[in-house]
Order: sequence, then C-alpha cells, then structure tokens
Amino acid sequence: MIEAQLLTKRYGEKTAVDGLDFTVKPGTVTGFLGPNGAGKSTTMRMIVGLDAPTSGSVTVNGRHYAEHRAPLQEVGALLEAKSIHPGRSAYNHLNALALTHGIPRSRVDEVIDLAGLGSVAKRRAGAFSLGMGQRLGIAAALLGDPQTVMLDEPVNGLDPEGVLWIRNLLTSLAAEGRTVFVSSHLMSEMALVADHLIIVGRGRLLADTTVQDLVRQAGGDTVKVATEDPARLRDVLAGPGVDIVGQVGSEELHVTGLTTREIGLKAAEHGIPLFGLSARTVSLEEAFMDLTRDAVEYHGTTTAIDTLGRVA
Amino acid sequence: MSSLATTVEPQQESAALSRARYRVTGWRVLRSEWAKLWSLRSTWITLVLGLLFLLVFGLIAAWQFESGGLDEDFDRSTAVDLSLFGVPFAQLALGVLGVLVTAGEYSTGMIRSTLAAVPRRLPVLWSKAGLYGLVALGVGTVGAFVAYLVGNEILSGTEAAQSLSDAGVARSLLGAGLYLGLIGVIGAGLGALLRSVAGGISVLVGALILVPGLTSLLPGSWEDNVSPYLPSAAGESMFALTHDASTLSPGAGLAVFLGWTLLVLAGAAYRLRRNDV
Repeated sequence: MIEAQLLTKRYGEKTAVDGLDFTVKPGTVTGFLGPNGAGKSTTMRMIVGLDAPTSGSVTVNGRHYAEHRAPLQEVGALLEAKSIHPGRSAYNHLNALALTHGIPRSRVDEVIDLAGLGSVAKRRAGAFSLGMGQRLGIAAALLGDPQTVMLDEPVNGLDPEGVLWIRNLLTSLAAEGRTVFVSSHLMSEMALVADHLIIVGRGRLLADTTVQDLVRQAGGDTVKVATEDPARLRDVLAGPGVDIVGQVGSEELHVTGLTTREIGLKAAEHGIPLFGLSARTVSLEEAFMDLTRDAVEYHGTTTAIDTLGRVA
Repeated sequence: MSSLATTVEPQQESAALSRARYRVTGWRVLRSEWAKLWSLRSTWITLVLGLLFLLVFGLIAAWQFESGGLDEDFDRSTAVDLSLFGVPFAQLALGVLGVLVTAGEYSTGMIRSTLAAVPRRLPVLWSKAGLYGLVALGVGTVGAFVAYLVGNEILSGTEAAQSLSDAGVARSLLGAGLYLGLIGVIGAGLGALLRSVAGGISVLVGALILVPGLTSLLPGSWEDNVSPYLPSAAGESMFALTHDASTLSPGAGLAVFLGWTLLVLAGAAYRLRRNDV
C-alpha cells in the first residue's frame, strides 16, 4: 500500500510533482502513466526516500519508508537510472544489499535464478546489456521479498522475451496479494498488465481510474454505419442507452451502445440497405493521448518543419 | 465503511510486524560495506599501489643514502626520515581510494541502491569512513614498519641507523600509519561531501600539496601562525621524528589533524542527511 498526500516536489522554479494524491492498493497491478517529464520518476524516488518532498508526504504500508525496520522487505524498487557499480559482479551487488538486512545468501541465489541471471552472476555488471541490467535491477527489487514492488519503466531495453517475462512477473506478484506499482510512458504496455491506472502530466494527477473506465470516458466503442436512409435507421435504432450522431446530408451515422451485429440485424429486419458497418474501438492509446495532450512536456515540431518547408 | 476501515488497519499493522523477518542494523551495514569494499578491483589495486609507494620510495631513499647518492640536505637524515620518504606518495593513493569509496557510488548510481537499503543514511557514511580508515591504517602501519625495518638493515653501519627502541622511532612509525588511516577517512569524507570523484581528488590534492605552497604568499608572521595548523603540516607533525618551534608536537599535530578529519566528516554527514540523491 502506497499513499501519497499532496505530494509536491519543486526544483527551484520548476515544479516536478504538484500536489499528487493517490493510493496504490495491494492485489492489483497499478500503472503509473504519463508523458516523459511528468514527474513519475521523481514521485518514485520520493516513495523510497531518495528525494525529500518539498511539501506533502508519501507513506508505504502506513509509515515513511525510512522509518521501516527492514525497508527492502516493504518496498522493492527498480529505479529508472542505473543503480549499480559497474565494477561489481551481479552476485556481489545483490549480496552487499542483502547483508544490510540479514537476508540469507540462499535468497540471493533465488533472485538470481528468478531473474535468469544464473550464467552471468559472477561477471562485472558493467559489461551487462541494457536488458541484463534491468533484470539485475529487478532481482534487487525482489531481494527482500517485498510486500510492495515498484518498478520504473521496467520494460525499457528488454527483448520481447524479457517483456513477456516482466508481464507475467507483475501479474503473478499482484496475484500473491502484493502491491505492484509500475510506471511507463507507453499506454499500450500498461493496458496489457495494469488493472488500475494513475495518470499524471506535468506533475499533476490527470486520472485515477481503471482501464475500462478510461475507455468509457474517452467515448467507448463506436460503430460507424452508412446507409441510404439515415433518418429512418436512426428511428429504428433509437432506444435507451443508445446514442446516435450524424450530420445532415451525410449517409454516415456514429452509434454507441449497440454492436455491429445488433445494428445489422435491426436494419435487415426493417429492410434498410446498409453500405458500410464497422466498429471503431477507441484505443487506450488515444484515450491516453487525449488526456495528456495539454500536459505533454515536449511536443513534436512537425508544424515548424512544415513552415520551413513552405518557406524554402 | 468507516467501521470496516478501523477493523482492517490494526490487522495490517500486526501482519506487517510479524512479517518482519529481516532488519537493518549498524553491524549489518558494516558487513555490507566491508563486502562492497573488497568486491571491487580498484580497492586491491590502489591498496597495493599505496603499499608499494611506501616500501619502494622508502627503500630507494635508504639505498641512495647508503651509497652517498643524496645531496647534503639529507646528511643529518635518520632511518625513520628515510624510510618514511614514501608517505607523501602513499597518502595520494590511499586518499584517492577513500574518495572512490564514497564518491564512486555517486558517479555510478550505486548510491541509490545503497540508500534505498539503508534510508537512514548516516550508518552508511560511518561504516564507509570507519572501515576504510581502518584498512588504510593497517596498510599504512604495515608499510611504515616494513619500510623502516628493511631500510634500517640497508642503513646499518651508517650514522642514520636507528633502533626501534630509540626515542620517538616507534611513535613516528605508528604516527605515519595513523596519519595515512586518517587521510583515508578524509578522502571518504570529501567524496561524500562533494559527491564527485574528480572534485574529491582535486580538493584532497589541493589541500595536501598546493595549499602549503600558497602560504608562502602570506605575510611572514601570518605564515608562521597558520602553516603549522594546515592539514599537511599538522599531519606531518604526527610522524616527524624531530620537532622545532615552527611545528606542532606529535600530540598537538594529531589533535589538529583529527579536527580537520571531523570537520570534513561533519560536512559529509550534513550533506548526506539533507540532500536528495
């Protein structure tokens, strides 16, 4: 359980995290989403006490992280930036962390196997690929058998096999009743694993929602139907929970609340010819983009390039 | 809803406590830092280098004296003076390693793992500075004694030869070891204070080598008052065999040098507690 109350972090003039209020609950995977620079990593660093909040507070299992007797048993964290000494072997790195808590060597071997690092455990961590480094970071996060697992962009640099491994790991950790908090700037990745979503932009909370609710809010599933007689079709389809949008003079209608199958059957029943019938599902990606459009820190500069092209 | 919340919370609390199989203790942080120190190749290389500097320069000085290859400034040198000839070189190796022990964690990002495991932070600094100080003390003391014992053999028959039981000899050699140990602590403190390997080494070298030279720019009376209290001069008083009006006594030198060490450590502790990593 992670609870943030009015969590704020300022660096001089810049506000990285702006009054965040959220709760991450056990037993589910909670996705922490936002564009680059939204304050996700800063928030995560504050959770494990590496950065001190300017104001507000964040607690883990009811206490500030530093007040726990065995912090690694409360929260296992993979932070975005590399947090290893490249000259030390993976085994020695994990063992040094384990020694601070009295975690037995057998557990070090266990997480090495779990992360699939068995064959490289004695090699210098500096020689690791990005993916191997991520695996080592995850091994370190799991070392204390923590109740809460917090991973910052865990799939970065992983090959497809590694990505699948992370997904399965996250869902199995949540199934064991642990709190799983995962950040990403990719909605598509989150949609596959997360049940709950905390979406931030420019340090502010944009949404604290579930995957289903987000889709529903963003317009849900729309069916596009083209017909010879839109006015009549409109009357035929009208009913409770059905929403139909169309333009005068256009053959097209946008229907929500009915499936393509239902629309096709009703049209046939009333003898209305259809020219087109297609479901358009609002992707999570679109929903996310809508939500964060105003909060994106670094917009692409396509328009500027267009203008330059025209001038030239 | 509220009644549910009140019944759930105490259960969670007790569950969290019963789950607590592990615990961070000062002793465990020490063991962790000990394991970290020896699991890096740079530790071994730099310590061997420090020891070699002590032995090789000390023995070369003894040889040169014995064979008359040194100029007349050295005519009144003793076995202790000659065998401790390598101390200024060894202090660089041992001081730099001290900087690496702490600042190296910042430059690599290891510090985030370290402080996530020990979020109270200060035990990490005390462990690092203390353990590495003892290691540097060990290397410095062994190096000083071996350099003296072998050097004295080379010098036997010359007027520089001394017995270990002669006044001040054992004290000088122990003082040299202690000085190098404290240099290690200062290095670790500077690394933690500046959080930069380059910065830590620069300040260390500057304080030990450049600053003493700069005092000659001060007016004469100032120079006499300030110079003995500089880290390098105070430290040298700890292991010098003879002392005059312009230098501190060994005890006073130790006190002043300890003061410098504590000052650096206090600064390091302050920054470690206060600043984000």
